[in-house]
Amino acid sequence: MRYLPLTDADRKAMLAAVGVSSVDELFRDVPASARLPGPIAGLDAHQGELEVERALSAMAARSVPAGSVPSFLGAGAYRHHVPATVDYLIQRGEFLTAYTPYQPEISQGTLQVLFEFQTQVAMLTGMEVANASMYDGATACAEAVMMANRLTRRSRAVVSGGVHPHYRDTTATLARMTGFDLAGLPADPAGAEDLAAQVDESTSCVVVQNPSVFGHVQDYSALARACQAKGALLVVVVTEAMSLGLLTPPGEMGADIVAAEGQSLGNALNFGGPYLGLFATRDKYVRQMPGRLCGQTVDAEGRRGFVLTLSTREQHIRREKATSNICTNSGLCALAFSIHLSLLGEGGFTALARLNHAKAVQLAGKLGAVKGAEVLNGAFFNEFTVRLSKPAAGVVDTLAQRGVLAGVPASRLFPGAGLDDLLLVAATETNTEADMDALAKALGEVL
Amino acid sequence: MTMNNQGRPTDVGTPDASPVTGTFSGNRGLQMEEALIFEQDSPGQCGVDLPGAPTTELRLGAVRPRGRVGLPGLSEPSVVRHYTRLSQKNYSIDTGLYPLGSCTMKHNPRLNEKMARLPGFADVHPLQPESTVQGALAVLDTLSHWLITLTGMPALALSPGAGAHGEMCGMMAIKAALEARGEDRRKRVLVPDSAHGTNPATAAALGFVVDPVPAMEDGRVDARALMDKLAPANGVEVAGIMLTNPNTCGLFERDIVAISEAVHAAGAYFYCDGANFNAIVGRVRPADLGVDAMHINLHKTFSTPHGGGGPGSGPVVLSAALAPFAPVPFVVRDGQGFRLVEDGGAAQGGARPFGRMKAFHGQMGMFVRALAYILSHGADGLWQASGDAVLNANYVMAKLKDVMSPSFEGPCMHECLFDDRFLKGTGVSTLDIAKALIDEGYHPMTVYFPLVVHGAMLIEPTETESKRDLDRFIATLGALAEKAKQGDAGFFQAAPRHTPRRRLDETTAARKPELRWKPE
Amino acid sequence: MSTIKYTKDHEWIRVEGDVATVGISDYAQRQLGDVVFVELPDVGRALAKGKDAAVVESVKAASEVYAPVSGEVVEANAAVADEPSLVNTGAMSEGWFFKLRLSNPAELDDLMDEAAYFEYLEGLE
Repeated sequence: MRYLPLTDADRKAMLAAVGVSSVDELFRDVPASARLPGPIAGLDAHQGELEVERALSAMAARSVPAGSVPSFLGAGAYRHHVPATVDYLIQRGEFLTAYTPYQPEISQGTLQVLFEFQTQVAMLTGMEVANASMYDGATACAEAVMMANRLTRRSRAVVSGGVHPHYRDTTATLARMTGFDLAGLPADPAGAEDLAAQVDESTSCVVVQNPSVFGHVQDYSALARACQAKGALLVVVVTEAMSLGLLTPPGEMGADIVAAEGQSLGNALNFGGPYLGLFATRDKYVRQMPGRLCGQTVDAEGRRGFVLTLSTREQHIRREKATSNICTNSGLCALAFSIHLSLLGEGGFTALARLNHAKAVQLAGKLGAVKGAEVLNGAFFNEFTVRLSKPAAGVVDTLAQRGVLAGVPASRLFPGAGLDDLLLVAATETNTEADMDALAKALGEVL
Repeated sequence: MTMNNQGRPTDVGTPDASPVTGTFSGNRGLQMEEALIFEQDSPGQCGVDLPGAPTTELRLGAVRPRGRVGLPGLSEPSVVRHYTRLSQKNYSIDTGLYPLGSCTMKHNPRLNEKMARLPGFADVHPLQPESTVQGALAVLDTLSHWLITLTGMPALALSPGAGAHGEMCGMMAIKAALEARGEDRRKRVLVPDSAHGTNPATAAALGFVVDPVPAMEDGRVDARALMDKLAPANGVEVAGIMLTNPNTCGLFERDIVAISEAVHAAGAYFYCDGANFNAIVGRVRPADLGVDAMHINLHKTFSTPHGGGGPGSGPVVLSAALAPFAPVPFVVRDGQGFRLVEDGGAAQGGARPFGRMKAFHGQMGMFVRALAYILSHGADGLWQASGDAVLNANYVMAKLKDVMSPSFEGPCMHECLFDDRFLKGTGVSTLDIAKALIDEGYHPMTVYFPLVVHGAMLIEPTETESKRDLDRFIATLGALAEKAKQGDAGFFQAAPRHTPRRRLDETTAARKPELRWKPE
Repeated sequence: MSTIKYTKDHEWIRVEGDVATVGISDYAQRQLGDVVFVELPDVGRALAKGKDAAVVESVKAASEVYAPVSGEVVEANAAVADEPSLVNTGAMSEGWFFKLRLSNPAELDDLMDEAAYFEYLEGLE
């Protein structure tokens, strides 16, 4: 077995050193009834690299890669071009195969990356401080609500109907299980709900998403003021991090906590994971923040260095009084995000965001001209909602057979909500004008 | 007040009077000083050449386009050099032995990386029509089959993002099952003192009262005390126990079957922390121990990379009693192929999902890597791997037991635990030993965990270390132990000397947190 | 005239009239190491003897500070919240945590005087 360095001679010598005659003897504390006599029957035996590669490649061939056809899916996961440099650098063994940087003297690489990542996230969101990442945007959203509950000592969160249903459900599951109230508003495809009216003295926070799951972009400054007036916090969710290169950032709108998905930068679609939860807030709330934090300090010779800090918030020290049970984060995805953003820089990031917007505006123009299709959004970033003259799920399936991945039917995210005729469509820099024409043409043929 | 009784010091240690001789550049040969990326701004520079944008108007409504973000501009070569230099300041499994107990730092095969990047897995959107994602769903199904067979458990929840998230998932399933039985009055969860911090954190987050169970002299949970605690205390009934097995002292809980039977007889559930599954994978099935729920850290047992702190993946296997409550989504197979059940309301066949753990369907990229590892090993290779992991740990223990102080009698499982009794009176602490080991070219073992012994040193070599590498490590650690016992605490307290940075001032970092770069 | 008393959990309490000042002992601060953060109770909060009152943190440890006796918080030491190192430099003086208005002065009788506390510490060594 190629991953196992011990030879039979080694094993024999080592057993003698330990003073036992067989490996089985080392398992003597396991109750005999639970000790298997040999390898589990019915499972395959070991295979060489060639065979494994053949088996998995055959499996992979049964999927249609989004990049192999015109593809317009978004709704919380976006197909962007990731420079080759990103994937090369994250596969350096010193990044890929290192653990959490608990020994800072030999982890300065990871630690400096995290410090730079935290800075980048704070800059993008317009917030003062960010952590070293969460599992994904949805869990970051749930943690943001829990944090708001702790900070306000209240237990009723209001969730906008523009928030991605997976984010809402992840938060609602935690609410039900940990015992706080979650007032989820009905799906809001028109982007017209009145959230300020929902805020009262019992509200810990209002959760909005910008752009919303239906693609609407809004200025939430007034809502932030309304929240502040009632002592509630404003949590802003961002599922498309690319939008932060063009839109007024949540921090400038008055957000108290930003929970975002960072997949769009540096990370592939990966069928939904692993992704990258971004989490940012105000300095004054940092001690109630979940997750790891990297901080700057000096070493014994006075040179700048970095360490994990404020660890007493965390489970490995605080145990049942921790701010969260989170341990592992999304370190390598954060590295990919950080490298991609470093390559883009100020000019590249803002230009790429504008390019995404321009592509979406162009696509909206083309789809709006299709008979039986109506674009619902006045304002959007790179994603919008189209009302079709037929149920969207069927249209999407038909177009998939024709080699076009048309978008996400709203009914998949909001089953039973009466949104069957709505289609969520996204465009990014990866979509050519020919892709857009292919979608418009195919749509015109089936509607 | 509660006292810090693990003996963990917090000061920086004593630096050498004479630092290593400086250079003009600040570099030391291959050790490069590297400025923050923000300090390397070359305004207007960009490492990506973007295509031109179509000419369109802005459609942002009332939202203003943002002002400057503040990001630095760098060319591609500058970025490559920055991250390459940073990478060289990290220790990694690829660099050397990484005996971090409880973390299973085994070899990360590159075949896994290659497979995870196949476009049929990596370039698939999670919300594509099911007909276009059959290959991705096949990975979920095949991995489930292996994990279910290896554990003997009937059901699996794939979506948790890491171990602690898996614990949350398992404990939520227990809570949902209790509610379904009308027994949500059960509020107490028994957790041994030796548990990972995530266990009490998870139980407490879900509103359970954590009831600690003491350890016995032999490093195992006190089964009698545990069973006594199964009776209602002050009228509060037990919901379940959270037990790590093999436990965090590296020992197998001999009474595990009796414990699980008593737990079930009391109407409670048994959550097993699967962090140490690598010791028994392919040899012992958790179902045969009476487990109701257990998370599996794919980034430990199944070799997916730790990536400097993640991403992980923590699928949870569930017993028949808990299976109906598994969260969405899950994969089912019918005449058309694989289907994803994403909507709890539409679940069939007695399924009553308790909710959703995260967006989409779980850590697909980690599933592919774990499956590539599992297929490479096969049932026979996994049997051999767990055997070698246990043998390696026992070998380290046998070779060092006379020079250091092992906390408990062996045999151990895949990790061996020492404490700081051998350092008593030397002025050298566990932390000092760890830092001296760094100078010798090793990543230290886990220190000051578990909390049940003083100055803990938990060594987990894993099965992917050769005898030659183990012998060299044993000789080094043994020599350090001897040196410590001979005195010269100053030598240890000044370590490490040969690293990119000496000991860091964690006190100042915590008192005056600087958590981001700011422009001058 | 003030008297100082100690708990087995290493809190001290100095009573002047019906108001008492609470802190942690010098032994406790040494065991804790460099204090990096102190979380104090809000003024007006009613504390019960032996229950959580404050939190004191070093880099790698967080400890609960218990109320030595019952009472209502009348003042929290803002200086120590701003500069946690005062706990290390003056555990028994400027590093005090909070002041209580006693609700049951008889509870003081359960605590150790200085001589008894030092004897107790010797037993811990």
